[in-house]
Amino acid sequence: MSNDKPHHMPTWFDVLRREIKQSTGVVIDADRAASVASRLSPLARDHGFPDIAQLCLAMMGPRRAQIHRAVVDAMMINETSFFRDRLPFDEFRCKIMPQLLAARAASRSLRIWSAACATGQEAYSLAMMFDEDARLFSGWSIEILATDVSQSAIETARAGVYNQFQVQRGLPVSQLLRYFTRANDTWTIAEHMKSRVRFEQRNILENGPSTGSFDVICCRNLMYYFDSEGKKALLKRLHEALAPDGFLLLGATETPLGVSDEFAVSSHHPWLSARKLDRAQSQIMRPQLRLVRG
Amino acid sequence: MKRILIVDDSLVIRKVARRILEGMHFEIVEAENGQAALDVCALAMPDGILLDWNMPVMDGLQFLRELRRQPAGGAPKVIFCTTENDVAHIARAVNAGADEYIMKPFDREIMQSKFREIGLC
Ligand SMILES: C[S@@+](CC[C@H](N)C(=O)[O-])C[C@H]1O[C@@H](n2cnc3c(N)ncnc32)[C@H](O)[C@@H]1O
Repeated sequence: MSNDKPHHMPTWFDVLRREIKQSTGVVIDADRAASVASRLSPLARDHGFPDIAQLCLAMMGPRRAQIHRAVVDAMMINETSFFRDRLPFDEFRCKIMPQLLAARAASRSLRIWSAACATGQEAYSLAMMFDEDARLFSGWSIEILATDVSQSAIETARAGVYNQFQVQRGLPVSQLLRYFTRANDTWTIAEHMKSRVRFEQRNILENGPSTGSFDVICCRNLMYYFDSEGKKALLKRLHEALAPDGFLLLGATETPLGVSDEFAVSSHHPWLSARKLDRAQSQIMRPQLRLVRG
Repeated sequence: MKRILIVDDSLVIRKVARRILEGMHFEIVEAENGQAALDVCALAMPDGILLDWNMPVMDGLQFLRELRRQPAGGAPKVIFCTTENDVAHIARAVNAGADEYIMKPFDREIMQSKFREIGLC
């Protein structure tokens, strides 16, 4: 008899974790099998599978694309709120906006990317801010692109319909009155806000937007779910998508420090950084944001 | 410690709100209608008021209008907290001088968000 351990047969949970990590970068904790099972059972039933194992198997079968998407949708945590954490939006308005107003005075155009936007609250928060500062930006072209891997989250975002709980988290009553209309127990954001944001279902690790084109990227509370290799890959991707003098906002507990040295991180807020300047550009001083080497 | 006055005719709501607000390190006083709330304010103005709309004796809106007429009555931040959740009611409350508005039912997260909004935490 050999002392070798028996070969570990992958369970449905192993398959699922591998598939989700490979396609989205999101790491599902190894001890979450029970809660994942309760999330996925209704989905298995809806798609006519006898159990979750068959559902996970189908992620590699002929209906691969469709099942995969449905499982990803069910597995993603779309937790978000309007003006989440507040401070990043204050920094955006008081520090980043003035710098970009000056830096883009010639082109009069701004491109902002809300990456991993979930149900869209972050993108609409930015849209409301720009609407309130419309005077400063008259004649400018302001593009807000918002993307998420979850199709259902993007559909909610596009519809702009929120429940009573969602519109009371982070959203001041003045903005609720100004930008939303109520129908039954839901609140819908105004058409002129919807038209300021373009929502697209997109995997951040795949077909990213064209290189070097965004002045600001908000990619908040996504990196948290990645392992260190995934974090590196994510920051590389965001670096490519950022304009040479663009800004990156991560979630409150996230930072490029220790992961990538391609960003200059704010000395006040580790979640706020700028693309490091190329040698040729490093002569130009950044006037307001105080930076340390990342 | 900042003091919050909870005005609601429901004992249950007062209890739930008190528990959440004490968890946010506020000192709590209570009143069961607008008239009782005015009495409390006359003794000592609170820093914030969580205010129901429909109450016997004096309702929330009457109370708010009365409060804002008092010498120091402009100081407390007022958050309406009511089942009235239509635009017309919200607009009336804001026009009467309410600083924020909570549509019942609420939870801890909403309470925190709204008290942050008015700058009390
Ligand atoms: C916790 S939410 C964060 C939402 C918002 N950014 C915020 O900070 O409030 C994380 C979102 O990331 C999305 N996500 C996960 N992996 C992704 C990927 N590879 N590409 C795009 N979005 C992804 C999920 O669908 C989910 O909506």
